[in-house]
Amino acid sequence: MPAIIENYDVCVVGAGHAGCEAALACARLGLKTIIFTVSVDSIALMPCNPNVGGSSKGHLVREIDALGGEMGKNIDKTFIQSKMLNKSKGPAVHSLRAQADKAAYSMEMRKTLQNTENLTIKQIEISEIITDENNNITGVKSVTGATYNCRAAVLCTGTYLRARCLTGEYINETGPNGLQAATHLTDSLKEHGIEIYRFKTGTPARVDKRSLDFSKMQEQLGDEKVVPFSFTTNPEDVQIDQISCWLTYTNEKTHEIIRGNLDRSPMYSGVIEGTGPRYCPSIEDKVVKFADKNRHQIFIEPEGLNTNEMYVGGMSSSLPEDVQLEMYRTVPGMENVKIVRNAYAIEYDCINPNQLYASLEFKNVHGLFSGGQFNGSSGYEEAACQGLIAGINAAMKLLDKNPLILDRSEAYIGVLIDDLVTKENHEPYRMMTSRAEYRLLLRQDNADLRLAEHGHRVGLLSEDRYQWVKEKAKMIKEEIERINEVKIGANKKVQQFLEQHNSIPLNTGVSLADLMRRPELDYDSLAELDPDRPNLPEEVKNQVEINVKYEGYIKRQIKQVEHFKKLEKKKLPTNFDYSNIGGLRIESVQKLNKLQPISIGQASRISGVSPADISVILVYLEQLKYSNPDLFYQLNGNNE
Amino acid sequence: MKTDTIAAIATALTPSGIGIIRISGQDAMDIIDRIYKSKNNDKLLSKVKSHTIHYGYIFDGEEMIDEVMVLIMRAPNSYTKEDTVEIDCHGGVFVMKRILETVLKHGARPAEPGEFTKRAFLNGRIDLSQAESVIDIINSKNEYALNSSLSQLKGSVKNDIIQNREKIIHEIAFIETALDDPEHISLDGFPEKLNNIVNGILDEITTLIKSADNGKIIKEGIKTAIVGKPNAGKSSLLNILVGEERAIVTDIEGTTRDTLEENINLNGISLNIIDTAGIRHTEDVVEKIGVDKAKDCIERADLVIYVIDSSKDLDGNDFAIIEQIKDKKAIVLLNKSDLSSKTGVEDVKKYINKPIILISAKEETGINDLENTIKNMFFNGEISFNDEVMITNVRHKNALIDAKESLELVVNSIQNGLPEDFFSIDLMNAYESLGTIIGEALEEDLVNEIFSKFCMGK
Repeated sequence: MPAIIENYDVCVVGAGHAGCEAALACARLGLKTIIFTVSVDSIALMPCNPNVGGSSKGHLVREIDALGGEMGKNIDKTFIQSKMLNKSKGPAVHSLRAQADKAAYSMEMRKTLQNTENLTIKQIEISEIITDENNNITGVKSVTGATYNCRAAVLCTGTYLRARCLTGEYINETGPNGLQAATHLTDSLKEHGIEIYRFKTGTPARVDKRSLDFSKMQEQLGDEKVVPFSFTTNPEDVQIDQISCWLTYTNEKTHEIIRGNLDRSPMYSGVIEGTGPRYCPSIEDKVVKFADKNRHQIFIEPEGLNTNEMYVGGMSSSLPEDVQLEMYRTVPGMENVKIVRNAYAIEYDCINPNQLYASLEFKNVHGLFSGGQFNGSSGYEEAACQGLIAGINAAMKLLDKNPLILDRSEAYIGVLIDDLVTKENHEPYRMMTSRAEYRLLLRQDNADLRLAEHGHRVGLLSEDRYQWVKEKAKMIKEEIERINEVKIGANKKVQQFLEQHNSIPLNTGVSLADLMRRPELDYDSLAELDPDRPNLPEEVKNQVEINVKYEGYIKRQIKQVEHFKKLEKKKLPTNFDYSNIGGLRIESVQKLNKLQPISIGQASRISGVSPADISVILVYLEQLKYSNPDLFYQLNGNNE
Repeated sequence: MKTDTIAAIATALTPSGIGIIRISGQDAMDIIDRIYKSKNNDKLLSKVKSHTIHYGYIFDGEEMIDEVMVLIMRAPNSYTKEDTVEIDCHGGVFVMKRILETVLKHGARPAEPGEFTKRAFLNGRIDLSQAESVIDIINSKNEYALNSSLSQLKGSVKNDIIQNREKIIHEIAFIETALDDPEHISLDGFPEKLNNIVNGILDEITTLIKSADNGKIIKEGIKTAIVGKPNAGKSSLLNILVGEERAIVTDIEGTTRDTLEENINLNGISLNIIDTAGIRHTEDVVEKIGVDKAKDCIERADLVIYVIDSSKDLDGNDFAIIEQIKDKKAIVLLNKSDLSSKTGVEDVKKYINKPIILISAKEETGINDLENTIKNMFFNGEISFNDEVMITNVRHKNALIDAKESLELVVNSIQNGLPEDFFSIDLMNAYESLGTIIGEALEEDLVNEIFSKFCMGK
């Protein structure tokens, strides 16, 4: 029987948040790209929470946008409520979160994909990857026997590989939301020597809005002034009428029901083999883990404008249907709740991401990249940013350019990928602010300033945009210099101003910057004392404010980064056999050989590699300078 | 490859018969040509054969500085595997310094401590076993740093540091989890609580820094314990070692009489003899010398000199000491070899596998053997950690000061009402600074650091 054979530059397997970014990046960089999905109707589906962003995840979306990705633009077009979280804390932890109209989000992304040049969409399950004798990827094969030749492939299979959903005793062999699972690819990956993990995650029920009593809940409004996710979105375009969310709480009765039925939860009865995320726990987990808490927050969030379904945030569960109904009905405002879709847990195959380079290319299959939940992460934003990097790097490889590798001091994306490829990870990885050591520098407000250079270098950021970011950086610098030079004398007007603002009067003249550092004063309020102030865009003023107010902290963090960079800059050879270095412990040799870290810094983050091991490698590197200078300078350039 | 040329005085800077100035690097031959004149001014040392020695004079311009012998060694057949010149001159401090200055003036730069050895190592001159011993040093570094902080700062101080570090990381973790999970963890009232905790830690660190200032300035050297039963001859041995004309003796008063140390220079190797007060004052008081006392000294020492009275039989006290020193670097001295012996080398060998030397403190025989044994142990790297004790000690103090400054910044942030997420930057810095004391922080300049522990001319 004649089979279809088609030729592409890049094959992207899966059209979730990772797959979409990967495919768009490759196609936009001029590569002939095809994206496969088990259902075109589920492109960019949000099978769990109906929102984008949130603590630290909002940072990821900003960074995706700064590099030229799509997620931020897509949510700006389809959000129905938006909030800047953590405003009472420092600027580093401010984080944007928007409620999405799920259907609109998915449809909008589908439209973008369909209107992108060089991009083909195909609804089919991919069952095999094909490689040549040198372990280069040469194509993928579908369940129907069609072959799609390619020079690079990106796997973004999400939670679909050998997926099964569990609601109490009921087990359904499907992907999320009843969609078809992908059952064949795992075997092909194993044949190529790829190590497979099995992870678990879960989602709460969706309930009928008409069955809820909102008078017993607290209304959660969006921000009065909405800040867009995308740096390219006009802020005026996002000032829309917003839809409310609702806050309610579980109580002792809820917890009693859960405790009384734990034996029927597949998580606790041992039916579930996969490891679940500690940081996105089911309500069962919360009740067991925080036994001393007599209530937990429940957020009721709309799933969209054209649906009555509401998402019950905070109550994900794998308990049986009857227990779900009983426990939901104990929550104030949900006494008569009708469940539209049951909560469920889902198990799926993913990989041990230690098999990847920081470029997200497999170490043992050349030209094969991967991103998203397939790499053992959780969350739409985590998926999207990996998809973007995997897509960019597949393209860089085919275009013969250097891969885009962000380090831990440049971006949350860098932290996330470094953690995935370096550290041992036995549960779905979620981004958290605490994972970023240098978060005062990695703010959501400066993502464009941090990453525009990279976005421009790889070719996803337009020239206009890039020039604007450079111009913005210049304005910020000049304004900071100016306010350091503006001297404020201890005259009557100034003292009066200070008194009005509950600020201590001046003994002697100071700079405007000095005054700005006082907690009770800021850039805007000081306009009164600063008549020569230029008219600057809001985003510039914002940067000036943060940089001046927190100057000391920023400087100290920069120092920490310098220390970190020194170790990152000490590069290690690739495909190196660490047993050649005498004095390393066997455990370390094994881990180093397996992971092949690119730098001393990365090596130092491998669990089980001690400071003493790192010292031994440092001595080896130093000796290399003399014994094999060619290799040494190849690794370190000539700037030593 | 470009390597610059280094020079240093290779011998001790004390008045002695002969002094050596060593030059290594690609300009070594050019430099010696510029400053050396043979008797008839007819020789260019850059043209002579390798491994030859030449009589002549060192000139700085027109001025003759000294009459010298110059040894020429060409790359790669030298210690550093680079072109090397050694100038043997008269051993006066002034002369040596003048020659070194002349060499530096003509194109060399002063060598850093250990730089000759470092070059030898990096150029592959040091063979595998020696390179491995360098790696051994590294491997034992963390453990060693612990031991040294134990002996230097005393055990309770080490515990203090570990405990304070734990307190800091606990607070960091609390802030971080609260940021990640605001639903379950509240930061209400946290700044006040943190303020108290940080101030408590600050008090302890300040006390530690003061104790470092108060009198714990110990001269660099191998911490050496002289142990043995009463009347074995410890005191006489000490007097010989201290009393020799070449020895430089310094008394360093510790916080108590017990920690009094004396510094002895054995052919350029520095020994700090622990508890000299104990040795001198209790030598004759049989009851006062307990095995416990010896135990404390042994624990603190890098090198143990165990003195046995060979005119007596080994007894329970000896076996107790042997047990304690079996895992230490140690030398056994069979004293009173001038008297009829009851305990011989073979008797001791049965119980302990350490170098054994016959001496007579009274007749002053065997002392050279002792010196040579110590020297060999030092140059073979067996007891080469010694200087690190001091380096880490200076670093300990600096690390404490850094930690203190960081914690003060935390207090400052709290007082200025900054949001909680700002506290972690400086808490983390304090945590890292304290980590350097117990060897849990990474050092990028490790190679430089190891070799800086060697002596200058090496």
